[in-house]
Amino acid sequence: MRGYAGKFLEIDLSTEKIKEVTFSESILQDYFGGRGLAVKILWDRLGKKWEVIDPLGPENVLFILTGPLTGFFPGGRVCVSGKSPQSNGMIGSTLAGEFGIELKCAGYDGLIITGKAAKPCYISIIDSEVTVKDASHIWGKDGKETVKILTKETSQLVRNKYPRYGLLKEPSILYIGPAGENKARVAVVMTKWSHAAGYGGYGGVMGSKNLKAIVAKGTGPLPKVENHERVKELIIKACKECFKAELWRRWGTGGGGYSFAAISSSEPVRNWQEEWHDKKSYAVDKFEQRLWIKQYWGDFGCPTTCLKLAMTKTGPFKGAITDNPDYEMQAFLGPNLGIFVPEENVYLSSLIDDLGLCGIQGGSVMGFAAELYQRGILTKDDLGGIDLKWGNTKAFAELARKIATRDGIGDVLAEGAYRAALKLGKMKSVDLLPYVVYEKGVSIGAHGIRSGKDFSSNISYACSVQAGDHTSMAGLPADSSGEITDVLHDSGVYCSFNTFALEEDLIFEFVEAVTGWKITREEWYKSKGLRILQIQRAMLLLGGMDAKWNPEKDDENPPRFYEPLPTGPYAGKTTNRKTFENSKQEYYEAVGWDKRGIPRPEMLRRLGLQDVEEKLRAVNIIT
Amino acid sequence: MAPRKKIWITRDYMKCSGCRKCEIACSLYHEDKIWPEASRVRVFMSVPGAEVPHLCVQCDDYPCVESCPFKALSVSEKTGAVLVDETKCTGCGICIDACPGKIPHLHPSRKRILICDLCDGKPECVKICQEGKWNALGIVKRRGSAASMKAYARTPEEITRELVVNLYGEKGEELL
Repeated sequence: MRGYAGKFLEIDLSTEKIKEVTFSESILQDYFGGRGLAVKILWDRLGKKWEVIDPLGPENVLFILTGPLTGFFPGGRVCVSGKSPQSNGMIGSTLAGEFGIELKCAGYDGLIITGKAAKPCYISIIDSEVTVKDASHIWGKDGKETVKILTKETSQLVRNKYPRYGLLKEPSILYIGPAGENKARVAVVMTKWSHAAGYGGYGGVMGSKNLKAIVAKGTGPLPKVENHERVKELIIKACKECFKAELWRRWGTGGGGYSFAAISSSEPVRNWQEEWHDKKSYAVDKFEQRLWIKQYWGDFGCPTTCLKLAMTKTGPFKGAITDNPDYEMQAFLGPNLGIFVPEENVYLSSLIDDLGLCGIQGGSVMGFAAELYQRGILTKDDLGGIDLKWGNTKAFAELARKIATRDGIGDVLAEGAYRAALKLGKMKSVDLLPYVVYEKGVSIGAHGIRSGKDFSSNISYACSVQAGDHTSMAGLPADSSGEITDVLHDSGVYCSFNTFALEEDLIFEFVEAVTGWKITREEWYKSKGLRILQIQRAMLLLGGMDAKWNPEKDDENPPRFYEPLPTGPYAGKTTNRKTFENSKQEYYEAVGWDKRGIPRPEMLRRLGLQDVEEKLRAVNIIT
Repeated sequence: MAPRKKIWITRDYMKCSGCRKCEIACSLYHEDKIWPEASRVRVFMSVPGAEVPHLCVQCDDYPCVESCPFKALSVSEKTGAVLVDETKCTGCGICIDACPGKIPHLHPSRKRILICDLCDGKPECVKICQEGKWNALGIVKRRGSAASMKAYARTPEEITRELVVNLYGEKGEELL
């Protein structure tokens, strides 16, 4: 098989048994890698009992998968997946960095991790030498400390293995912070201080397995490809196009902090009570001039390097380091909390990184708590003495620490905004869901739909199989701007940000040159990609013990998205229910779901998913 | 002696994006594969943000060449680069110890020493770094004494120790 190392590692943490596993070429041809392959393996293993699997229990499977295009298509990433403790479905969550490259160079396409270690551990992969090691000395450490200790320790392991090679580069490290260790549903899997696989809550899944980190070092080449000369040409072609996008390279998504607020009016402000502000003090020039210490920062093979390194050098928040912050961090740890000072935003982003919290889910649940405080529903006593006023950065920092360590109110908020609303609502005897901007247990990314001026639409989240994930949006037409495109990127496993400048056909040309498989657009959108989408849909509808979704009720936008925008150029605008219903039905039709949003049996059969049909029948979802 | 048009690769670590395209370009040119650890230039990153493209600096006294007991290393008359004769190299690693920056390393499978050969005067790593406008690597004409160039022959660890301070100030020292 071309483009693949050809084998995967399966590690059972309960028994510390490690074995190599392979998948047939026909499975890889249908599911590629990353998100697609995780869906397939997960369904085969857990599909029959999906709804009773506890995502934070030892029966969940954690996937760390590359794809065939990882390392070849510009912008290396790796995909983290499993049953999601947020949606109870399955989310493919990718993060940038060199981990996927190191893994492939070590001879593995991915890791399938099962069971639960008896005590804190980390997995070390140095070429074919795979070991489970004690992590009690790093358990409890924050991100930067963890990176520091593990870089030293595992570089030494590499030197021990290859004493005569001279210096080898340090291994790549995936890890969790305290939030993951404490099984927060809003915890992420991280690398390089500030890169995170955010959506899904897989930091908590790693924590539930007592797995602090995974370290990989490969000294081999990337796998053989089918047509080497063509791959080289395509890399050059893709990079040339990416180089032309000069402002995108210069600002990354960092340009969004002001423009998504002032221009498109779609940024969460004070927990989405507004989606507009006109604070020029929060525009990209302030970040660039005051805080960016590296204008271009990126990961393996990336021509765009849209990340930036930022650091606060003066004032009470001095010494905080993070990347960008990107638009999502700018929004959720800025205006969403009533914060409009770039330094304070960098400080909070850095803290969130260190704690291993998700900026989006964590920022969202803190905004939710602050609105309850504003409304007098949560008191200072409830919050353990924190004065959670909008804009009080120190208070939000204190709250973030409580969430990561599940201290006091933090224990409830670590469940994420949706579950916290149910719990706190019961305690306070009030319906708190109107104050949560969520989709099926997942807080929605920072792209509101009310103004209609952002790239999100009224069905983006409501019909997505990854719920609130702004990087995997449902859309029309389904065969060009829909979620199946995101399935392609997450299954090929490369950075979708490098596809903006490219013709989509180039991706299929890459697939052919790397793997030798001639896959047409049509084939992807009508069968392969669609099949992955259907299994994910089935998993989402099956749900879990603590939350299930009925599409007739839950394929819906959050209540707040039906309130009129109170301020800004689009004041008064809101989501039109009738238009939404129409778009939803149109989308259902396009992806083969019936009027209630249930996958049609004939479509499932056409895709060879009889087992999915059987399962959905067995639980009366298909009737 | 014929007039030499020797070059030197400048390295501006503060500008390195960490994209590692230099590793891709180098290993494709020399190995015809994407092979980060077989690249003659490698980006070390023991502290995130402090990326260090690490490659030969062509010391004026070439301690690596002097140290080789098998005469496997020589200096290119044309470019001043160190050339490796793989038929003579035994992979003993003596040159690694001789290099003040521990820059040479073994090819992971051939077990022969890897040292930047300046791509015969047109280095691929610099081309891509310039094309992408990162300019972390650049080319200057090499003139006069190479004494200050040798100063650049440092281990990634030594370079990182300085670089983190430049990048992160006092905080940088805590991160080491």
